[in-house]
Amino acid sequence: MGWFTKMLTSSIGKKLVMALTGLFLCSFLLVHLYGNSNLLGDPANAKESFDGFSKFMSTFPPIRVLEIGLALGFLLHILQGTILYFQNKQARPIGYAKMPGNETSSLFSRTMIWSGALVLFFLIVHVDTFFVDVRLAQGHEASMYDAVKSAFENPAYAGFYLFSLLLLAFHLNHGFQSAFQSLGLNHKKYTPLIKGLGLAYSILVPLGFAAMPIYFIILKYYPCCGGK
Amino acid sequence: MNLTLHIWRQKNSQDSGKFVTYQAKDVLEDMSFLEMMDVLNEELIAKGQEPVAFDHDCREGICGSCSLYINGRAHGPKQGITACQLHMRSFKDGDTIYIEPWRARAFPVIKDLIVDRTAFDRITRAGGYISARIGSAQDANAILIDHDTAESAMDAAACIGCGACVAACKNASAMLFVSAKISHLSQLPQGKPEREARALGMIAQMDKEGFGACTNTGACEAECPKEIKITHIARLNREYLRASVK
Ligand code: HEM
Ligand code: FES
Repeated sequence: MGWFTKMLTSSIGKKLVMALTGLFLCSFLLVHLYGNSNLLGDPANAKESFDGFSKFMSTFPPIRVLEIGLALGFLLHILQGTILYFQNKQARPIGYAKMPGNETSSLFSRTMIWSGALVLFFLIVHVDTFFVDVRLAQGHEASMYDAVKSAFENPAYAGFYLFSLLLLAFHLNHGFQSAFQSLGLNHKKYTPLIKGLGLAYSILVPLGFAAMPIYFIILKYYPCCGGK
Repeated sequence: MNLTLHIWRQKNSQDSGKFVTYQAKDVLEDMSFLEMMDVLNEELIAKGQEPVAFDHDCREGICGSCSLYINGRAHGPKQGITACQLHMRSFKDGDTIYIEPWRARAFPVIKDLIVDRTAFDRITRAGGYISARIGSAQDANAILIDHDTAESAMDAAACIGCGACVAACKNASAMLFVSAKISHLSQLPQGKPEREARALGMIAQMDKEGFGACTNTGACEAECPKEIKITHIARLNREYLRASVK
C-alpha cells in the first residue's frame, strides 16, 4: 500500500484524483440531465414521469449505493482541488508586478478554483432546496415536480440557477479536456477529438440544464407559448 | 528610442527588494535586450552605482542562463526565443518595461535578477541521466529507432533548462522541464533500463523542491524558448503512473 499512497499524494497523483473524480462528475451530470429531461412536455405527463423517476432514484437500493459514491466523489474533488490551490499558491510566495493575462493561457484554466467554488455554493443551495427541504422533510411521496416548478417560477432562483450553469460551463470548458491530459492521454490523433468533445460538452450540458428554468418561466409568464 | 525601465533590485537573498526606475536613453533598435542592459550598467558604473546583476552566458539561445521576466512574459514578448535573442525593435519609443526575476519558491533570488536554479540540477541528479556505458558512436543502423520516436525524443532533448516554464506557470510548476528530461530518455533504447527509477526519482525530487502541480493551462509551452509541448507532460504522467504500478 505504501506505493499507492505515495503515488496518490505526489503532484501527479493528486491530479490523477482530480481527473478521475472530475470525469466521474461529468458522467453524473449526464444522468442528471437525462432525469431532468422528464420535466419537459405536457405538464400532466411530465409530472408523472418526473416524479416517478425521482422516486425511483431515491428508493432503488443500487442507486442509493451509487449516491454514496457520488457524495465521496464530490468530497474528494473539492478537497483535493482546494489543497492543490493552496499548495500551488505556496509555490510562488512573491508574485509578479506584471502578468501576461490571456496571452499565454485561457482565463478558464486559471480560474478553476473560483468557478469550482461558485459551483460548490450552487450545489449547497441546490441540495438544500430539493433534497433537504423536499426529500428529507417531506419523504418519498412529496412531488419533486411541484418543488422544481415552484423554485423555477421564482425569477431570482431561476436567475441564480442560470448564472451557476454559466460558471459550470467555464469549469467544464477547461476541465473536460484537461482531465485527459492529467491521465496522460494526449495523442495527435485523438486529442483534437477530445478537445472538440469537451467544448461541445461544456456548452451543451449547461444549456440542457438551463432549458428547465427557462421552460418554467415561459410557462408561467407566457402560458400561451407554453401550451398550458 | 527612450524607455522607462522598472527593474527589480535586491541586494541578496535576505533583502526584501524593490523596483527601481531607470531611464534608458537613445536605445538602438538593433541592440539585443541584454546589450541594452549592458549599456545601462555601464552608465550606473560610471555614476559609481551598483550595476544590475543578471544571468547571461552564451547570448545565442543555447545555455538558458538569461532568466528575465519582461513585461509579464518569460524571456519577453516574443515566442520561441530567449531573452538574449530578443531585440529592442520589439519595443517602441516611450515604452515602459518591467524587468523581474523568475518567481518561484524553489528558485530563490540571489541578487537583483539572478535566481538560484540548482533545484533543476538536483532533479536531474535524481534520475535525469543514463548510467550505462554506451561506448563510441554506433553504426548508423545498429539500433533501429523509427523516425517519429527519434523526432519526439529530439524535441524533448532541446530543453536548455532555463526555467521559463516555472516562471510562466501560475503554479510555478517544473512539470515541463521534468517531462522534457523524462520524455527524451524514456523514448530511446539507452534510456529504457532506468525508465521507472528515473520517473519515480525525478518526480519525488521535484515535489521535494517545492514546485507546484500542473493545472494544464499551457502557459509553459507558450513561453518555452525551445517550444517544447505539453504532450511531453502527458507522457510524463504516463511514465510516472506506469512506474508506480509496476
Ligand atoms: C459537477 C461538478 C464538477 C465537475 C463535473 C468538475 C469537473 C472537473 C474536471 C473534469 C476537472 C479537470 C481535472 C484535471 O485537470 O485533471 C476539474 C478540475 C478542478 N475542479 Fe472541478 N468539477 C466540478 C465541481 C467542482 C467543485 C464544486 C470544486 C470546488 C472547489 C471544483 C474544483 C476544481 C479545481 C480547483 C480544479 C483544478 C485542479 C487543478 O488542476 O489544479 N470542481 N473539475
Ligand atoms: S544567454 Fe545563453 S540562452 Fe540567453
